Amino acid sequence: MLTLGILHTTIRADEKLIIEAAKKAGIATQLIDVRSEIFNPATYMANFDIALERCISTVKGTYATHFLESVGIPVINSSAVASICEDKFLTSLVLEKNNVPTPAFALVFGIDEARQAIEQIGGFPVVIKPNVGSWGRLLAKINDMDALEAIIEHKDVLGSPQQKAVYIQKFIEKPGRDIRAFVIDGKAICAVYRASEHWITNTARGGKATKCLVSKELKHISKIASDAVGRGILALDVFETDEGLTINEINHTMEFKNSEEPTGVSISSAIVAYCVEVYKKYEK
Amino acid sequence: MNTMKDFSGTCPICDAPVTLPSDTQVSEVISCSYCKSKLVVESLTKQKAIIAKAPDVEEDWGE
Repeated sequence: MLTLGILHTTIRADEKLIIEAAKKAGIATQLIDVRSEIFNPATYMANFDIALERCISTVKGTYATHFLESVGIPVINSSAVASICEDKFLTSLVLEKNNVPTPAFALVFGIDEARQAIEQIGGFPVVIKPNVGSWGRLLAKINDMDALEAIIEHKDVLGSPQQKAVYIQKFIEKPGRDIRAFVIDGKAICAVYRASEHWITNTARGGKATKCLVSKELKHISKIASDAVGRGILALDVFETDEGLTINEINHTMEFKNSEEPTGVSISSAIVAYCVEVYKKYEK
Repeated sequence: MNTMKDFSGTCPICDAPVTLPSDTQVSEVISCSYCKSKLVVESLTKQKAIIAKAPDVEEDWGE
């Protein structure tokens, strides 16, 4: 019988839903706190068949994924998918290369280059965000040169080396909301609107989730964006614009606890079912 | 009301009693119903839960 390893650091309500869904589906689970593991290929013994990466820490999750794949255990999402989605610049590059609509963007390392890049992408306002990060943290909407100089100086002086790679994205005027689409193996299984009076609409920052019907356009952009990054279990942040939908970001260890109730879809059950499907293909 | 399978512990911030349901997991993040502090379950033995302050958010945390 298949045992699903759930790689985690802390256990959130999302992991509890996955554990419950697996129980209902008759799938055994093994909780693996990666903080207590020793990833030594010479000694490692796995007591699970396939792993679902649910670490809240991107760094720990990514190393655990690389290790397990190296010893022959399939991981969802794969390291290939994670390495693209964990970095906003890499995600934007892959989307652009695959002709998936996404806001104009650039990456620079200094103030003069930032000024030129902003001119190239259509001027102020722009958004500067950390390449690795989540929940709307450290996002800065930059309306003018004064703010740009201040933010870049702060990042230069106070930031980690990674903060000194400045990702700049064209600011998209939203209708007080964005769309979060839950996409498994290229199929948008459900979606929510995330509404907020603030320009940052993340539910972690107070955005309210309500059901969004999966339109033909949303279905299509979800598929092409998912295909571009290598499929798996993804949450797509989508903006509505006059020119149509555009992909803002893609999350590879999605949180969904606030979205099962408004959508009426058991996202946790769909995650478990996908893990089983991947394992069956892997076994063949 | 507590059932036989509930776990009990103490909030490390305000010392209030904390009761956890039987499906609680080690490393689970919980909130103290008194002081609202974010807490984490460190261990579960018999019906006793050892509870600590939840770790602070780190730069690479998220989705």
